[in-house]
Amino acid sequence: MWLFDRDLWTEVFHTLGKNMFRTFLTMLGVIFAMIILILLLGSSNGMSNGFDKVFAGTASNSLFVWGQSTSEPYKGFERGRRIRYKIEDAEILKREIPEIEVLAPRIELGSHRSVVTVYRNGQTSGSSVYGDYPEIDNITKKRLVEGRFLNKTDIEHSKKVCVIGEETYKLLFDKGEEAIGEDIRINGVFFSVVGIYKPNNNINIDGENAVFIPFTTFQKAFNSGDRMGWMAIAVEPNTKVPVVESKIKDILKNKYDIHPDDQRAIGSFDMSEIFNNISAFTNVLKGFSFFVGIFTLLAGVIAISNILLITVKERTKEIGVRRALGATPKVVRRQIVVEAIVLTAFAGLIGFAISVGILAILDSLWGSGEDFPFVKPMVSIPQFVISFILMVGLSLLIGMIPANKAVKVRPIEALREE
Amino acid sequence: MIEIKDLHKSYRMGSNSLHVLKGINFKAEDGELVAIMGSSGSGKSTLLNILGMLDVADSGEYTLDDVPIKDLSETKAAQYRNKFLGFIFQSFNLINYKSALENVALPLYYQKVGRKERQEKALSYLEKVGLKEWATHLPSELSGGQKQRVAIARAMAAEPKVLLADEPTGALDSTTSYEVMDLIQKINDEGNTILVVTHEEDIAHMCKRIVHLKDGVIVEDKKIEQVRAQQYV
Repeated sequence: MWLFDRDLWTEVFHTLGKNMFRTFLTMLGVIFAMIILILLLGSSNGMSNGFDKVFAGTASNSLFVWGQSTSEPYKGFERGRRIRYKIEDAEILKREIPEIEVLAPRIELGSHRSVVTVYRNGQTSGSSVYGDYPEIDNITKKRLVEGRFLNKTDIEHSKKVCVIGEETYKLLFDKGEEAIGEDIRINGVFFSVVGIYKPNNNINIDGENAVFIPFTTFQKAFNSGDRMGWMAIAVEPNTKVPVVESKIKDILKNKYDIHPDDQRAIGSFDMSEIFNNISAFTNVLKGFSFFVGIFTLLAGVIAISNILLITVKERTKEIGVRRALGATPKVVRRQIVVEAIVLTAFAGLIGFAISVGILAILDSLWGSGEDFPFVKPMVSIPQFVISFILMVGLSLLIGMIPANKAVKVRPIEALREE
Repeated sequence: MIEIKDLHKSYRMGSNSLHVLKGINFKAEDGELVAIMGSSGSGKSTLLNILGMLDVADSGEYTLDDVPIKDLSETKAAQYRNKFLGFIFQSFNLINYKSALENVALPLYYQKVGRKERQEKALSYLEKVGLKEWATHLPSELSGGQKQRVAIARAMAAEPKVLLADEPTGALDSTTSYEVMDLIQKINDEGNTILVVTHEEDIAHMCKRIVHLKDGVIVEDKKIEQVRAQQYV
């Protein structure tokens, strides 16, 4: 096996080491190519990770449905009728559409995005107040800084507990003050704080200053009856969100006598659409990086092949002597090809080391992803392995050009005395 | 050892063809030391190239150690060269980035001789040509005579049937030339068959037989009284 032929390697390194400077210059092309490839890949990975971080905690296969006003008259109803859902709708939808994995009904105090004054010991905060089911946590995950989120027991016993946002905490409590177990007052009702959450990075459905209380508590405390504000729905992994979305709308339109063509009456937001767009974007970015990188690599490998061609020309005499001494064409060819591979692989590794270093620096400078989506810019091991195999494969193919040229050297011509 | 019958070779030079060898018949026995003489253009180098399997004859027969040399693939030719022949060139043709020892060991490498054995063998041949202490030196650090002695050691390393020397003293002054011829004579004394191409009379007379080539044919083939080179050294 030639791979373990020590003499071959000695020959190769001898030849390459004989002219270090030229060898280095030759490798430069591949070093740069590898740097470019890895930096591009790493950066697009960083971008992709950055987006992932932005959407961390939000289920990608989810949608939100709320009521708006009708835009078409239907069955004797005039247009402009406000659609108000009932809590039973949640049960109906879950029953009728098996693809729904999680359905979390929510109700909001006041109109949408309006604020309610929350009191505590003379401090106040204008917050959004939501009545929620614990299931909402499966769709938009709250990053809890302290305490816990609402749970089943809270719902069953309509406990007067609440989870507040960090912003709310800052307004209602002094810095460092213990909030868990403390009471806050909303519309004259006291709620005990059980958790404090930090908003998710960039996707923010609930607002930064918000108070979450159990849905059942909300119904009793604020007398909301069977009303329901909106629904957060997660669909099963293999189901397309738009399919479920239209099923939901059909059922709701039927129930609330909405004109089938009314586009405005039911408000909805498909989370997966954003995810798909973004992952399409990052995939294109990755593909582009790979494309550019591979062609740069190709150029680098061709440069190596070029230098080897020159080397072969310079070594015509030497190759002739070797042939006269009994080197078979196979041996000659193999040596040149191995030289090409060694040069490329070595250069590739140098380039890889440099680019990983640069990525590490980029990571420590901007990798936190606070300002723009750029988190952990690094290449994955499969990406590296694929690039490396491609590179060596290319060098093998392109190394054949000088190798065949070397084989064509006829000993008699090489040895002809001038 | 070597037998050639009615060897023809012509080169195409543009539109006209140059008939270089016009029917050579030649035989060399085991242990002979033959000088092949002739002015430039007589075809002596072509003959040597064909004998060395570096070139192919147009017609005729060539037998080396009872093996017909005919229609060889490049690979086979390389193997035969390695097994049967040792080359000594006018300009030494040492590989300049390899030490004397590595140069001598090279044919053994192509014979797939193990590294250790190769080194030992190469060193013993270097010793034979009196350059053991120069084993680690590069060709550039050696004098012309030393280089040719390394080349001779290299040619012998693979223990070939025949040594082919193409103007082995052509690039050397006369004292060094005699030293090299002395070495060649000693190697011949041990029973090795050697063919020396030369155009120098004194060198030719240090062989045991002189073959004169002229215009592609052998005009003279005679055994001679060998002049020992030792006395001039």
